[in-house]
Amino acid sequence: MRAIAALLRSLARDRSALLGLGLILALVLSAVLAPVLATYPGDVFEIHPAKRLLSPGPDHWLGTDRMGSDIYSRLLFGARITILIGVIAVGASLVIGVPVGLVAGHYHSWTSDLLMRVSDIFLAVPQVVLAIAIAQTLGPSLPNVILALSVTYWPWFARLVYAETRSLEKEIFIESTAALGASPWRLIALHVLPNVASPVIVRASIGMGFTILTAAALGFLGLGPPPPTPEWGRTIAESREFLPDAWWYAAAPGLAIFLTVMGFNLLGDGLRDLLDPRIRRSRGIAAGAGVRDE
Amino acid sequence: MRLLALVVRRLAWFAPTLLGLLAITFVISRVIPADPVLLVAGETATPAQVAALRHQLGFDRPLAVQFIDYVGRLARGDLGTSLYTTRPITDDLATRLPATIELTLVAMVFSIVAGIPLGVVSALWRNSVLDHALRVVTVSGLAIASFWLGIMLQLLFAMRLGWTPLNGRLSGFPPATITGLYLVDAAITWDWTAFAAALGHVALPATTLAFPALATLVRFTRAGVLEVMQSNFVLYQRAMGLPGSVIVWKYILRSALTSTVTQIGLLFGILLAGAVVTETVFDWPGMGTYAVNSIIRSDYNAIMGFTVWAGAIFLVVNLLVDVTHTAIDPRERAA
Repeated sequence: MRAIAALLRSLARDRSALLGLGLILALVLSAVLAPVLATYPGDVFEIHPAKRLLSPGPDHWLGTDRMGSDIYSRLLFGARITILIGVIAVGASLVIGVPVGLVAGHYHSWTSDLLMRVSDIFLAVPQVVLAIAIAQTLGPSLPNVILALSVTYWPWFARLVYAETRSLEKEIFIESTAALGASPWRLIALHVLPNVASPVIVRASIGMGFTILTAAALGFLGLGPPPPTPEWGRTIAESREFLPDAWWYAAAPGLAIFLTVMGFNLLGDGLRDLLDPRIRRSRGIAAGAGVRDE
Repeated sequence: MRLLALVVRRLAWFAPTLLGLLAITFVISRVIPADPVLLVAGETATPAQVAALRHQLGFDRPLAVQFIDYVGRLARGDLGTSLYTTRPITDDLATRLPATIELTLVAMVFSIVAGIPLGVVSALWRNSVLDHALRVVTVSGLAIASFWLGIMLQLLFAMRLGWTPLNGRLSGFPPATITGLYLVDAAITWDWTAFAAALGHVALPATTLAFPALATLVRFTRAGVLEVMQSNFVLYQRAMGLPGSVIVWKYILRSALTSTVTQIGLLFGILLAGAVVTETVFDWPGMGTYAVNSIIRSDYNAIMGFTVWAGAIFLVVNLLVDVTHTAIDPRERAA
């Protein structure tokens, strides 16, 4: 608990990380309080053809869409979908990737080579391409998007944990613990895992941003949850035929995606500075499109 | 010797990795709920005709047999026939390859030419207004959805201002085909009308594609230069009284940019991944649009063909990056 408090205190001194945290908090609040904050909470499902494509004003802060629904209200409910996709997909990737990386890193055998090669196969094509293929195969729906993103993102965690474990295994404290007769599982769970936690946390934060971007791209291509789900990427795709007149229709959801992803990236950078003093902020190759990730 | 061992080891894994990728894509593409045979046969086909076609296309054989057959033909350079365009996949990909290469190269040149100097300037004038402004750019570059950026650029420059065309690769006649890259062909044949048209068309998609790469490059270069500036040998040079400009130009840049060179190889990967979505937004007739369309039409052979192609390129690029890195960095060589 004390460690977490100390972490939060030093995080509070980092202005850009604080901004990131603020943005994420705003996202969570929008999602949780969507029914309260929304000016037209019913507009996720209701349509009002008479109020089609109204420009932003006092009645509709961000205008209305092609069905006459309030865009601001729909964006708030869209935040729920965004959080759901990000948390489950990154969570599932952690659950698969971290154990694979730990086991492959600890045991020096052909199985660890094989595990790493399997993750290399996933890393051999751009994540978005593989995710598009899987999402299309399974059919457009929310669970399928989450599945497609989890299946394609876990190798990043496996790679990271593998590399960290391999370098840790050379450390004297691991060697001495092993010499004292600690079982491999005890060694991995109590000594290796806590030491790989920091880079994993940093990657998870940046991975949230990246996963949300990819999910939006899938939604944009029509592979996300079907309408009337207020998914942000799909909203942007819908808006295209009403450009350039209904500019707010396209601009608002894109800004929402931008602020959300920026929040996770800034927090990730801040955490990296705090948790890994060896790597300075500017070192990070950052976020993580396919190869962009290191 | 170490370098050679690395190359040999990586090449040995090349075929199994590609095979694994094929197997994954193959399984994924064959369990698609939509039946491709029905798609090809059309709505008026009788069950007998469908069965005959299924047999003709080889879809009635066990999955493993189909896979072995596919790999066998692939080894001879045959990617099969597109179920949608009914042309050989290799031809389809070959017609679209130049468009993607042109787009990717323009984006790459743009991000390098702008990104490296901006990164250097940002490091040399650390914490200046310019440095802070650039940080906003780099943070945005990695947070913006590229399809949205593309649409916003279209909205502003093509629809409102009318400075650039909305989409596509060219509106008039293409220049004589030599390399397939319109900009290069037009320049070689002295066809400046076509050159201007091609440049106008490529401007928005290339900017969209280059933005995240540019952000990465600025960040990386800045970090590299800063690290070298704080190193002991630069401190020593300063203590020796070397003029600042000599230190910067002769020592800092040279030392900092070696790692950036490695980074440029990785940029190619970012750009290739980005091209898939960016091309779709701008109706750019390249491989990305082809891949997305094939996936939406359940065109198995085309999906497989694209995956093989993209996977092979990625593996080669990663190999080259590793080799360059080992060759350039003396620490890697000594280890």
